Amino acid sequence: MNTFDWVTQLLYVAAAVCFVLGLHLMNSPASARRGNQVSTAGMALAIATTFALVVHAGTVTATGWAVMIAGSLVGAGAGLYSARTVQMTAMPQLVSLFNAVGGGAAALVAINDYVRLAGAGVPEATTITTVLDVLIGAVTFSGSIIAAGKLQGLINGAPVTFPGSRAVNVAAAVIGVGGGIYMIATPSVPVMIIIILAALTFGVTMVMPIGGADMPVVISLLNAFTGTAVAMAGFVIGNWALIIAGALVGASGSILTKLMADAMNRSLSNIMIGGFGTGDSAPAAVGPGGDVRSVQADDAAIQLAYAQKVIIVPGYGLAAAQAQHQVAELAALLEERGVEVSYAIHPVAGRMPGHMNVLLAEANVPYPQLKEMEEINPEFPRADVALVIGANDVTNPAARRSGTAISGMPILDVDQAKSIIVIKRSMGHGYAGIDNELYFDPKTSMLFADAKSALTDLIASVKTLVG
Amino acid sequence: MSTALLTDITIFVLALLVGFEVISKVPATLHTPLMSAANSIHGIVLAGAMLIAVTANNALGYILAFVAAAFAAMNVVGGYVVTGRMLKMFRRTRAPVPAPDTPASVNGQSSGGGA
Repeated sequence: MNTFDWVTQLLYVAAAVCFVLGLHLMNSPASARRGNQVSTAGMALAIATTFALVVHAGTVTATGWAVMIAGSLVGAGAGLYSARTVQMTAMPQLVSLFNAVGGGAAALVAINDYVRLAGAGVPEATTITTVLDVLIGAVTFSGSIIAAGKLQGLINGAPVTFPGSRAVNVAAAVIGVGGGIYMIATPSVPVMIIIILAALTFGVTMVMPIGGADMPVVISLLNAFTGTAVAMAGFVIGNWALIIAGALVGASGSILTKLMADAMNRSLSNIMIGGFGTGDSAPAAVGPGGDVRSVQADDAAIQLAYAQKVIIVPGYGLAAAQAQHQVAELAALLEERGVEVSYAIHPVAGRMPGHMNVLLAEANVPYPQLKEMEEINPEFPRADVALVIGANDVTNPAARRSGTAISGMPILDVDQAKSIIVIKRSMGHGYAGIDNELYFDPKTSMLFADAKSALTDLIASVKTLVG
Repeated sequence: MSTALLTDITIFVLALLVGFEVISKVPATLHTPLMSAANSIHGIVLAGAMLIAVTANNALGYILAFVAAAFAAMNVVGGYVVTGRMLKMFRRTRAPVPAPDTPASVNGQSSGGGA
């Protein structure tokens, strides 16, 4: 190793330290921004170091420089534009898209390396990591694009299957893995093209049958895949920065995948096989049933205005109706009257981990009011009113009993509040396809309306009746 | 199996453990920015994409270098910008003037209500 190699390696280590510190600083909203800046600085360092490496190599042709710079500029422009203009509700699609391009780029790095060395003979160890990189990267690429399409509504969000889709999926997996093993034994570029196609097919057939409600898990999983693909690319080209960064992302994605799957009370394999809420679930055990009490906005407004403590339970319905700004306005109005307001956020409220927090932060809700499930559940018995907006299954007390479609699922203890107001368009079911026993509770009153118009009415009523 | 591979595996495993340790302390409130930050970190693949150019000397190499650089640059730039944009919205206290990030989202039409 000469001095130049030493220095570049040390700079890569410094960049890796910045990534770890950056993630560490994300343990609190107060320091998270600084974390992102530290991480950005690490990235700038890593890219500058790589630039020095490229210059030092001295073998880059004029065309090579042109394509590298043009590609970076085009990509940077596209990334900057999408990051600046994206709506917070569309964040899951954007993250999915970045997973796709990250995984795709990782696969291309390995493909290039393999094609270049194909004639000269590729060492076995490199082929193994190349195969892994190509397979995982290509699956991530096509899978993430399908996930983004589903989230954006370009592709049917419901589970999509066609006769033989499971067979195609299995065949793609067998061809991908089989071809990969063949490649390790006998280096071959045509076989690599076959496994790329198989992996792309697998990514599509893996995500198509997964329903919209399971997207938080899928995005987390694809995030973990991308990290792993990038780490494998690091193995292929012998670059530690890629290995460390990829491993960090792999760890992050795996943790989030597990948290999301646990919060939905489903195993990963169960989600990947799909079929939740598609009509094949067992008929729900009959709950207490009984009457549903309906309430008008005026009465609900008085109830809220004279409460001491209100807990707002937002669900995806709130985000879908783009009503996060109205809910924040109502909360601010109640706070002016001395009502203590907090938000109970279920881990899967939204379309990706933590999504609801971002939507509420955008609506100017201070983050100390955003409470996680474990933190807020003991507070429900003290709440005068729990206001449920667009959340369903995560509030269903049936989860505490065995024998229902959601048994064992962690829920918010909304039914323990002194009274409950549910804003909902109809008595329709959630993704689990069962009745929500909360709605039949004598303490519960239903405000049947779209989240946005209901909240607008509530704001107006609070202002006129008790303002 | 070479020493280089062994070193790489060691680094990979240790980084994975550090990742688990650090990330399990991130509160659920920040999970979306965390995922977005992790997203930008895997944009490091831009380094790999740039290194393709070192050996590229034919059409295929140039195409791969271009596409990989474009993908990775989009990943890294977009990831950091959007993470920063999200984190800027997390405030301890309510800002004096409600400043929604995109005004368009406030005035969307309210779709039909009714019981």
